[in-house]
Amino acid sequence: MIEFPNLTIESDTVNFLLVGVGGQGTILASNVLAELGLASGYDVKKAEVHGMSQRGGSVISHLRWGESVYSPIIPKGEADIMISFEKLEALRFIDMLRPGGLILINDYEIVPVTVSSGAAIYPTDEYISNVIQTYTNQAYWVKGVEIAESLGMTKASNVVLLGALSALLGMASDSWLQVIGSRVPTKSLALNQQAFELGRLAIING
Amino acid sequence: MKRLLSGNEAVARGAWEAGCKVASGYPGTPSTEIIETFSLYPNVYAEWATNEKVGLDAAIGAAYAGRRAISTMKHVGVNVAADSLFYAAMTGIEAGLVIVSADDPAMHSSQNEQDNRQYAKFARIPCLDPSDSQEAKDFTIAGFDLSEQFDTPVLLRMTTRVCHTSSPVEVFEQQASVPEPHKYPRNPAKYVMIPANARQRHPVIETRIVDLSVFAETFPHNRIEWRQKDLGIITGGIAYQYAREVFPDASILKLGMVYPLPEKMIKKFASQIKKLIIMEELDPFIEDQVRLMGVEIYRPQDIELNNYPMTKSVFPMFGEFSPAVIRIEAKRAGLYDGKIPDSIPDLILELPPRPPTLCPGCPHRSSFYVLSKLKLPVNGDIGCYTLGIAPPLKITDTCGCMGAGIGVAHGASIAGDSERHVAVIGDSTFFHSGVAPLINVAFNRSNVITIIMDNRITGMTGHQQNPGTGKTLMNQDTVEIDIEAMVKACGIKKVLTVAAYDVELIEKTLKQWMKEDGPAVLITREECALLPTARKKYISLQVTDQCNGCTVCFRIGCPAILKSEALDPKYNRPLAEIDSQLCTGCEICAQVCPRDAILFRDQVKMLQGKAKD
Repeated sequence: MIEFPNLTIESDTVNFLLVGVGGQGTILASNVLAELGLASGYDVKKAEVHGMSQRGGSVISHLRWGESVYSPIIPKGEADIMISFEKLEALRFIDMLRPGGLILINDYEIVPVTVSSGAAIYPTDEYISNVIQTYTNQAYWVKGVEIAESLGMTKASNVVLLGALSALLGMASDSWLQVIGSRVPTKSLALNQQAFELGRLAIING
Repeated sequence: MKRLLSGNEAVARGAWEAGCKVASGYPGTPSTEIIETFSLYPNVYAEWATNEKVGLDAAIGAAYAGRRAISTMKHVGVNVAADSLFYAAMTGIEAGLVIVSADDPAMHSSQNEQDNRQYAKFARIPCLDPSDSQEAKDFTIAGFDLSEQFDTPVLLRMTTRVCHTSSPVEVFEQQASVPEPHKYPRNPAKYVMIPANARQRHPVIETRIVDLSVFAETFPHNRIEWRQKDLGIITGGIAYQYAREVFPDASILKLGMVYPLPEKMIKKFASQIKKLIIMEELDPFIEDQVRLMGVEIYRPQDIELNNYPMTKSVFPMFGEFSPAVIRIEAKRAGLYDGKIPDSIPDLILELPPRPPTLCPGCPHRSSFYVLSKLKLPVNGDIGCYTLGIAPPLKITDTCGCMGAGIGVAHGASIAGDSERHVAVIGDSTFFHSGVAPLINVAFNRSNVITIIMDNRITGMTGHQQNPGTGKTLMNQDTVEIDIEAMVKACGIKKVLTVAAYDVELIEKTLKQWMKEDGPAVLITREECALLPTARKKYISLQVTDQCNGCTVCFRIGCPAILKSEALDPKYNRPLAEIDSQLCTGCEICAQVCPRDAILFRDQVKMLQGKAKD
């Protein structure tokens, strides 16, 4: 059993699944979570596939903390916590989520070429919400890009989401900020800290 | 101290800690980060070679000269380097030589999923198969020691999930003390593989592999984990992790060295186990050897024994493992009675796919657009430009391996195919293996038109330097090889270098060449739009009210061009819209627009200037 102040994981491994689109900073976010797990004394595995996915394709990062972590891939339907950096990708990987698991969704749309070329239709917000509802009632939406843009740094939407996650788990900011500080360039550190705090506030203020 | 490292970073760390001095290889997913990381350590030399064979020869040369050396490549790179692998297996070395093969089960970014453990058996060299980052580091170090102890190259076989999974690794700040290299060996009986010497060496390497199989019995990374004895699993590499995940109570024989195998240890393990299974991705590499030892392996009832040559009992021969794959197959085989995952619901399968595409601003797009108009057969190659296969461009007709396109186009031409063939190849791939087939085109006078897409970098693997870029991996200035001069020296008379974004010139040139006989080479030159220097030049273009939704710009397949919700009043067609976040201002769309409804960079700048005034 792994306990966060606001969330108890029944098994001895906690599984984070991060999904998004190439270029959104999912890898930095999963690196931060991995370092945080290591700093908390856990065995950690973080798996992602590089290569083709960087050309605007779907990206997925598996992250697991536990006493001993074996498979680098989260078994289907066993992600305890899912962070989706893009709405359509939340839906694409929703069956990875443990029924009733926690999902944090960046309220942001990146139109795939299949949609912009007119070959397919992007699902509506209502449809996305309804499908996610059938898997869990623990879905949280954060306008990560809008918040990051308000700081003049669109790229920091990943850090906004990390801030939101820290609040959802009920964890204090310190250890997160310490890891983030070691991972971002010094000149953008202050902005990243603000992005993190705004992400927390987005959850705390609902 | 424990540090979080990917498998690739751990190999680099292991090599450094082992006192490895030289790394040479060719970029290829999932191996690329090993050499990139290694190059950052002090007191080492690392380079990108022109191809895997050249890289392996360099590493062999360093090992002959008494310096520990590593050569890295993706699995198919070993095919390119195989000739060198086999002579090095015959000669042995003076200092440790580790060859890393990064295999790609599931073909995340490869043309096949060959199982390179087979190369170890084929060449009679030991193969180590790590299952996580700690082992990736430990096995690299063990590989150098083994290499010297048994006078053999060692194959370190990684897979995508090991390469690109990060896990904690115990690191040391100190390097192993390696003996100082002595005088370069003058030992022709060992190092000059003329038949007379090679005949002497062959028995030596057959004896060596027998010695290694004895050593394998006590190799500390081959171990038995005793738990319940109803089910016993022999496994190695990443499959070990899935064995532990799905069968936490089973006994496991964990093989760190998968060739040669410890026969006594295997028989001892098997003798105490009720049901013995082998868990390994891809080929029945361990399984077939264990079966040859006369050891009984569990076979589920429903497996047909007559499906030769497929000899795997339980798990699939293709794709990569996951807990889901293991659970499903184990349940079918009667080895697992837990839950298995449901299949993916239709509503997810029906979502709009998000395939990889050519980036906005990609300099390959213009040639592909022209080729899609000309409807010529295109023999493609390996690199970002393989994405020319994606709709709406859909121009690639064949793509097999690095450097194949020119030769395959030549083959069609000499066979008398009535259409004119175009071979498409990138700059790095041209240096890798495009030169020899181009010489063949000139030498044997075929009609192939080759387009060398020179984007000034090795793109797909994430921007590595190559002989055309003027920089080495270690960021030293170096010669910038002139592709045009090289093509001429290959005997091609008709050569033209054009700006890659110049749609009109590319179209005019290709149309002219189609009317003329003889080989020709078009070099389209423009740096990759993702390079930092290119990013500085980004400007978003704009669509004017002249757009009537004619769809021509949609046909270039640029992710920055969207169908807007506004319709043209006359034709009721969606108008074009440019995503200002994605557009780089390459102007390909502006050039193809028949109504001049997309502003060029200068026009945009003028407009912005006016807005400021």
